[in-house]
Amino acid sequence: MIPNLTLVIQGFAFFAVVWLVMKFGWPHIIAAIEDRQNKIAEGLSQAEKARKELADADARVADEIKKARAEAATIVDKAHHQAAQIVDKAKQDAIVEATKQKAIAAADIEAQAHKAREELRGKVAALAVAGAEKILKREIDANAHKALIDQLVTEI
Amino acid sequence: MASEEAGSANMTEYIQHHLHHLQLSVGDGAFMKINLDTLFFTALTGLIFLFLFLRIARKATTGVPGKLQCAIEMVVLFVDGLVKETFHGNSKIIAPLAITIFCLVFLMNFMDMIPVDFLPWLWGSGHALAGHDPAHAYLRVVPTADFNTTLGMALTVFLLIQYVGIKHKGLVGFFKEWFTAPFGKYAFPANLLLRIIEECVRPVSLSLRLFGNMYAGELIFILIAVMTLGAGLAHVSTYLLGFGQFIAGFAWTAFHILVITLQAFIFMTLTIVYLSMAAEHH
Repeated sequence: MIPNLTLVIQGFAFFAVVWLVMKFGWPHIIAAIEDRQNKIAEGLSQAEKARKELADADARVADEIKKARAEAATIVDKAHHQAAQIVDKAKQDAIVEATKQKAIAAADIEAQAHKAREELRGKVAALAVAGAEKILKREIDANAHKALIDQLVTEI
Repeated sequence: MASEEAGSANMTEYIQHHLHHLQLSVGDGAFMKINLDTLFFTALTGLIFLFLFLRIARKATTGVPGKLQCAIEMVVLFVDGLVKETFHGNSKIIAPLAITIFCLVFLMNFMDMIPVDFLPWLWGSGHALAGHDPAHAYLRVVPTADFNTTLGMALTVFLLIQYVGIKHKGLVGFFKEWFTAPFGKYAFPANLLLRIIEECVRPVSLSLRLFGNMYAGELIFILIAVMTLGAGLAHVSTYLLGFGQFIAGFAWTAFHILVITLQAFIFMTLTIVYLSMAAEHH
């Protein structure tokens, strides 16, 4: 195998291919690969970040729920308390009112009784007079014996 | 087929015919000849490589890549990793050089996978159709089985080694190293001698390794093809040898896939190593 002129041509042809690849091929492909690598790395870090944020948000939400629950419990407690107070007050008011009403009624009853007693007394007096009239079978001068009848009335 | 009759004379003729280049004489003497077949198949494989590679490079997307882009990116990343591992200097040419060597040598070697008689037979038939004697229709399809190709590439690599050396060390540092490394400045004759031997051996070993492997591979394909050379369908031996040829051809082709890849890889790796050695200070 004795080399001939092909050797030189092949050498140059080879270099030409290398030069073309170096100039127009390699940098583009490497740039594309590195770009994509960056993109992927960025995407991964963003996903990681998003996951962290989600976890944070979850924790915050849980916190808020806990807080809200505690607040609700306080409100309910307060409401219970207030209700009890209202009921107590109503009870006391009712008692006071009832006492008052009872007193009024008692006074009323007393007055009525008094009135009735007076009426009764009057009627008994008249009845006594009528009875006495009947018993005595004679007319009594009402005016002459008024002092006596009045005394009788008070005694009844 | 070049030969239709069996016989050792025909066999020799067949083999010699297969190993003859399609040559063009451009002047006097053995050197002033051009192997047209080598050039043609180099150009063919080179253009296939350039077409695919540059097209993908032009359209390279940073988004989701296509299948071809993926395949090329895999090779690119493989070569890039290898270069970054070995070569610590800063050079724009070394990685493209490495991938060109790997892909181009692989494609040129791959011409060996085409059945050894197929393209020469087409060429011979074409010759016969054109009214020429097919016995003169020489064609060798594997460019790397031509010493000119491998030596040409190795010499280009050799020149690039010197270029990278000068670029990284400066002209003074580069030539100073010839005299001072590896034994120190007082042993400069030994240093110079060693350096010259080293530099001369590199392209020779690089080119001969690839050439030898591919030439031997091609020769073995030819020898396997010889098994049924000029055989007639009436002979029992034809069927026996035909079966043997199938087995041998299959085995050698399968093995040769390994060889062609390995040789491309070795050529590339050694180039990277030589270039990184040239760039490093001793």
